[in-house]
Amino acid sequence: MTVDDEEVRHVASLARIDLEETEIERFAEQFDEILEYFEALDDVPEIETETDLTNVMRPDEVRDGLTQEEALRNAPETEDGYFKGPNVS
Amino acid sequence: MSYNAFITEETIEGDGSGPLAGRTVAIKDNISTANVRTTCGSNTLAEYVPPYDATVVERLFEAGATIVGKTNMDEFGMGTTTETSAFGPTENPAADGRVPGGSSGGSAAAVAAGEADLALGSDTGGSVRCPAAFCGVVGLKPTYGLVSRYGLVAYANSLEQIGPLAPTVGGAAELLDVIAGLDPNDATTRAPPEGAETDYAAAADGDVGGLTIGVPTELTEGADDGVRTAFEESITELERQGATIEDVSLPSVETAVQAYYVIAMSEASSNLARFDGVRYGTKGDSDGNWNESFAAAREAGFGEEVKRRVLLGTYALSAGYHDKYYKRAQDARAWVKQDFDETFDQVDVVASPTMPVPPFELGESLDDPLQMYLADANTVPVNLANLPAISVPAGETDEGPVGIQFVGPAFGEATIIRAGSALE
Repeated sequence: MTVDDEEVRHVASLARIDLEETEIERFAEQFDEILEYFEALDDVPEIETETDLTNVMRPDEVRDGLTQEEALRNAPETEDGYFKGPNVS
Repeated sequence: MSYNAFITEETIEGDGSGPLAGRTVAIKDNISTANVRTTCGSNTLAEYVPPYDATVVERLFEAGATIVGKTNMDEFGMGTTTETSAFGPTENPAADGRVPGGSSGGSAAAVAAGEADLALGSDTGGSVRCPAAFCGVVGLKPTYGLVSRYGLVAYANSLEQIGPLAPTVGGAAELLDVIAGLDPNDATTRAPPEGAETDYAAAADGDVGGLTIGVPTELTEGADDGVRTAFEESITELERQGATIEDVSLPSVETAVQAYYVIAMSEASSNLARFDGVRYGTKGDSDGNWNESFAAAREAGFGEEVKRRVLLGTYALSAGYHDKYYKRAQDARAWVKQDFDETFDQVDVVASPTMPVPPFELGESLDDPLQMYLADANTVPVNLANLPAISVPAGETDEGPVGIQFVGPAFGEATIIRAGSALE
């Protein structure tokens, strides 16, 4: 397997992370090595599992949550009590 | 001397009553503290101030503890050395010029240096046990579901637990007694099965008479010579005190590191999508549309190891690769769990060196991520199998402290605490 710069750019765009050119080159090299190491997973046997899961229920009761002010406190920008985001397109 | 164990030093006095009255506790900086900033060791959260306390923090206050600060950590818990922190590395108080381990390196260093009586860390793949081993203190990773994760900033939800660090096994057990228990705010918390021993502090009685300890060759063979010698001396001491030692085999651990990293990175790629520079997180330098602005915010806010893991996780979940990586990793995880289940039919606890190597020199491992991942070989199987494990000091090499790890069956905390306390 060989990871090229184009593939790193593609994954970075899927993950919404800008990268510097030097990072792209370095990541391509490192990803190649790491993904090759992950190849060992091909030899893992299929395992029959019976997962022991229980539903966790609670009554649907009204209770206090964060105030609008608390919820907005960490936002870089707000306007009229809303989060302010960039243009959608 | 300052070891840079804390990102934020701030004292919040307890109310003076309760089992932890008069005790100081340091909190890893990915555990939310109301009105005290919680950075996760990341630039993106450098100014983030949580509006609420994590459940474990509420329980500390109820127990009368005094919180002394928020400790340094690898960014979002992603690292084995505490060097990926945006707030500079922490030094190891027990090994000059070496890393304290990670990712809860600040918590372990604070305890080792006496800057806090006790500390909380979080353990996704060894992040409590590794720094405990490297700093010569005790660290415990609870059974998945024993301790609430409400208010823990998520890295890989299916793997992580909050756990105690302390100078002694008894201290770690006392802290576990305070933080353990069901929480309506975390639906993954579970009650121990009926009849399970749940007075953890009382279990630190050092009585290993009749205990059977399994030693898996897969987790001892590859260890550094000095680490192996220290480990074997501890095993001999336990045998002298009345424990029975048996060789056991865990073939599944050979693909545990691969499975761990695929699962942890995949979960991280989803969890860290929330840091968009709009609701929280630093805003990037972009006037573009939503996607461009989002990508710029994350470039500015995340360090290299975080980007590496988010990108590899995105890759492992992307079209055409999901079955090859993520699904295979889930099989490998089930295999590890099955292996441990079968082993616990034969033995009471499984013992190994916590880390196969002594503490790295500061700066030594930064350039080679894969080499760093491999150092987690003995700790990650425990998270994959949802089991409890404790790291206890087991002597020293010339390069620093060595830890011995005891793994128990699910909700077998009392047994591993008992085994660990026999070495004090």
